[in-house]
Amino acid sequence: MSSEALSGSEEGAGPIETDAVIIGAGPVGLFAVFELGLVDIKAHVIDILDKPGGQCAELYPEKPIYDIPGLPIVTGQEITDRLMEQIKPFGATFHLSERVEALERLPDQKFRLTTDAGKQFIAKVVVVAAGGGAFTPKRPPLAGIEAYEGASVLYSVRRMEDMRGKDVLVVGGGDSALDWTLSLQPLAKSLTLLHRRDEFRAAPHSVEKMRALVGEGKMRLLIGQVTALHGSGGQLEAATIKTKEGEERLDVDAMLPFFGLTMKLGPIADWGIALNENLIPVDTAKFETSEAGIFAIGDINSYPGKLKLILSGFHEAALMAQQAYKYVFPGKKLLFQYTTSSSSLQKKLGVS
Amino acid sequence: MVKITFIQPDDSEQVVETEPGMTLMEAAKLNNIPGIEAECGGACACATCHVYVDEAWRDKTGSPSQMEEDMLDFAFEVREQSRLSCQIKLTAELDGLKVRVPAKQF
Repeated sequence: MSSEALSGSEEGAGPIETDAVIIGAGPVGLFAVFELGLVDIKAHVIDILDKPGGQCAELYPEKPIYDIPGLPIVTGQEITDRLMEQIKPFGATFHLSERVEALERLPDQKFRLTTDAGKQFIAKVVVVAAGGGAFTPKRPPLAGIEAYEGASVLYSVRRMEDMRGKDVLVVGGGDSALDWTLSLQPLAKSLTLLHRRDEFRAAPHSVEKMRALVGEGKMRLLIGQVTALHGSGGQLEAATIKTKEGEERLDVDAMLPFFGLTMKLGPIADWGIALNENLIPVDTAKFETSEAGIFAIGDINSYPGKLKLILSGFHEAALMAQQAYKYVFPGKKLLFQYTTSSSSLQKKLGVS
Repeated sequence: MVKITFIQPDDSEQVVETEPGMTLMEAAKLNNIPGIEAECGGACACATCHVYVDEAWRDKTGSPSQMEEDMLDFAFEVREQSRLSCQIKLTAELDGLKVRVPAKQF
C-alpha cells in the first residue's frame, strides 16, 4: 500500500516520506495529483510561488483561455480553482514558496529532495512539472549587479533589522516596492523610492501613505531609472539615477529592485537529468526522463511534435501515472478503469 | 503586406514582410528577430517584447493602454517611445514601420 504521507513540516526534523513529489503547482502539476491519485499514489506538491496555478495564476489570472476541452472559455485563475476542487479528494500536501534545490537518488532507488527552506522529502517517484522554470525576481540588467546580490542588492529582505541605519533605495511601483518602502522607512537612515513614472500600480492606500511621508520630508520619491551601480567588494556605495532633470549620483548602502518575476530553469540543471536547450527530453509513452522514476510533464519537457499546451500536459500526466504506478507498487497489476463506471475510482473521488 | 524594419542595438537592420492582423511581437517571433523574447506569449504579462517605436511612427502606433503602461514598469530603460510589441496590431497603415530593439529585455 502507499506509504504514509506525513502532513507538512510540523513533523519537524525528519524527511517527509511519500510516494510522489510533484515539482510545480501549475495546471499540469495539479492534474498530476489527480491522475496519480486515481492509481493510489500519494503526492506532495512543491512550488516557488505562494499560491497554486503557476503561470495561470501569476501571469494571466484574468486572461481567458479558449482551448481547454469542454470549457469554451476559462480564465487562468478559474482553471486553477477548478483543478484544486477536482484534486481535493486526493489530499495532496502543498509546500508553497519553496524551491527544490537538490534531487538525488538514494541507494534503495528512492529519491531525496531538499528545498531552499531545508525541508527534505523521500519519494519513490518525482514528477517535474516546472513549466518554464521557477519564478525568480527579475535582475535589472545593470553592469556588475551580480557582485552586489545577496549583500547589498536584495530582492527580498529576510531580516528588516539589517536595514537599520542604512541609506536604502527601493526601485519599482507595485505592491512589493511600496510595502517595503513603508516597512523600511522607519528603520532606514534614509529611504528613496525610485519609479519610472509618477503613477503606481500598488494599492492606493500605500501610495497615499508614501506620498504623505514624502510630504513630511521623511523619504524621497524620484521619478527615473537606475543606470549604473558603484561600489566594491559586494558593498554598494552609490547608484546613478537618470531623471528628466538629468543624471544624479545617489549614495546608497542597499538597493531593493522590484521588477516582477521571470522564469528560470534554476537547480534542475544540476540534478543529473539529460537536458536539451533547457527542456527535459522524454519518451512519449511514459514521459519519463533519462533517469528512471523521474518524469517530466507539461511545458518543461520536449519530444517530437511537442506543443506547449495545457491540454497536452493533462494527457502527459495520465500516461506518466501508469508508469509511476510500476515504481510505487512493483509487481502489482494495474487495472485500467473509467471514472464513469468504476465503483473503486468513484470511491476514491468521494462520489459513491 | 506590411513591411517592418527592426533595428538592433548595433544598428543592424532586419526587414520583414508580414500580413496585417498579427501583432508586431508575432511578426518578430515568426521571423526570428533577435532580442524579442515574449516570455508570456503575448498576454501583456511580462514586458519581454519591449521595443522603441521610431519617432515618425508614434502617432500611427498610438500610445500604451493603462495595462501596457503598468507592464512597462517591468521593462528596462523605458523611454517615451517604449511599447510592448505584443500590443501593436499590424495594419496596412503601419506599412514601413520602424522599431528599435532594446539592448536588453531583462
